[in-house]
Amino acid sequence: MYIDSITNGIVIDHIKAGKAMEIYKILGLEKLDCPVAIIKNVHSGKMGKKDIIKVDSDIDIDLDAIGYVDSEITINVIKDGKIIEKKHIELPLIIKNIVRCKNPRCITTTEQELDHVFKLTNREEKIYRCIYCESKVQNN
Amino acid sequence: MKHLIDICDLSTEEIDGLISRANDIIAHPDAYSRKCAGKKLATLFFEPSTRTRLSFEAAMYELGGHVIGFSEAQSSSASKGESVADTIKVVSCYADIIAMRHPKEGAPLVASRVSGVPIINAGDGGHNHPTQTLADLLTIYREKGRLSDFTIGFCGDLKFGRTVHSLINALSRYSGIKFVLISPDELKLPSYIKKEVIAKNGIPYTQTSSLEDVIPSLDVLYMTRVQRERFFNEEDYARLKDSYILTPEKLVPAKKDMIILHPLPRVNEISVSVDSDERACYFKQVLYGKYIRMSLIMKLLGIN
Repeated sequence: MYIDSITNGIVIDHIKAGKAMEIYKILGLEKLDCPVAIIKNVHSGKMGKKDIIKVDSDIDIDLDAIGYVDSEITINVIKDGKIIEKKHIELPLIIKNIVRCKNPRCITTTEQELDHVFKLTNREEKIYRCIYCESKVQNN
Repeated sequence: MKHLIDICDLSTEEIDGLISRANDIIAHPDAYSRKCAGKKLATLFFEPSTRTRLSFEAAMYELGGHVIGFSEAQSSSASKGESVADTIKVVSCYADIIAMRHPKEGAPLVASRVSGVPIINAGDGGHNHPTQTLADLLTIYREKGRLSDFTIGFCGDLKFGRTVHSLINALSRYSGIKFVLISPDELKLPSYIKKEVIAKNGIPYTQTSSLEDVIPSLDVLYMTRVQRERFFNEEDYARLKDSYILTPEKLVPAKKDMIILHPLPRVNEISVSVDSDERACYFKQVLYGKYIRMSLIMKLLGIN
């Protein structure tokens, strides 16, 4: 399979296999009108299989959002066909409006305009808690 | 500006300072009778709680201040759909300090972010109730003479019991504390509190479902009510509500200087016949609650 290399833009690399669409949605890449390539199940010496996203435009990326989904991801910034910067992601201390609090008793369920903000309370186990009600992030 | 949303907002020195001031108020009430003259406390109770509201109001009156507010959401603009943030922005134009209770967890934090005056969390759902914790700490200090080196048993609903969670958080900073967690399986203390508070601070604890087995070892027994409003399922509530009932017979093997605390209101978890026992301190706890709230109001208003 052949996908053009990009001249100016970003490559989101080392995405865990199968997670590319999640990253695509969280970053709102469907709103872009430049070429975006999602490449799944690419062979990786380190990871076995990985996903890659290539964006053919120099856009701002929400590193916190990426870090929350997968802190092993790397971001390559490409200019004039060359990698000018490699960004390594860390677990963000705070995430805002990436996930929603599902506790029915939380104030965010009735005050619709509030940001849904979670803070990292346990780095080893990657536990985030709602700043309002302290409920743990629940996936799905 | 300082608010009190969570007991963790206060340092150990600040808690000790509040207790010290409360002790001075108890010793010299007249010296404090005009401390808040000309100041207004707004009690915003979006959920009814006569006991806590009256405690705040009595505290402000005894400091010579005034009180405005409402005692249920129906009599506020919340019933017209006004947001917490807007209500607070309006009320902070009228009052010097706000004590608020709200059924939704985190509402006082939202309030503190927009308020022009100090906010005191007077209870947010099943989440936090820091002034109850301060009342509990003052009671232990007054009755035991210290906030360190004792074994405290928490009995009843340790899962939804916010007063238990907050008191565990507060006591975890003092030395020589041991926790005994007494509950049915379904109402055990959440594991994140055991892990992130108790274990993190290296505090020894035991878990049991039998009050009788552990009562001789306790210096403080903190009883709780199984609260109907915290259950989505009536059947679960009915099955668990009578898990523990403290009676004079159960107190026979307890230490003579053990103290019994309860955040009140009780239903039947402490038999009325226990009230005359010298170890029963839950009504003193109510009184101490007023004094610690006086101390807190002064601190947040910056009055010495």
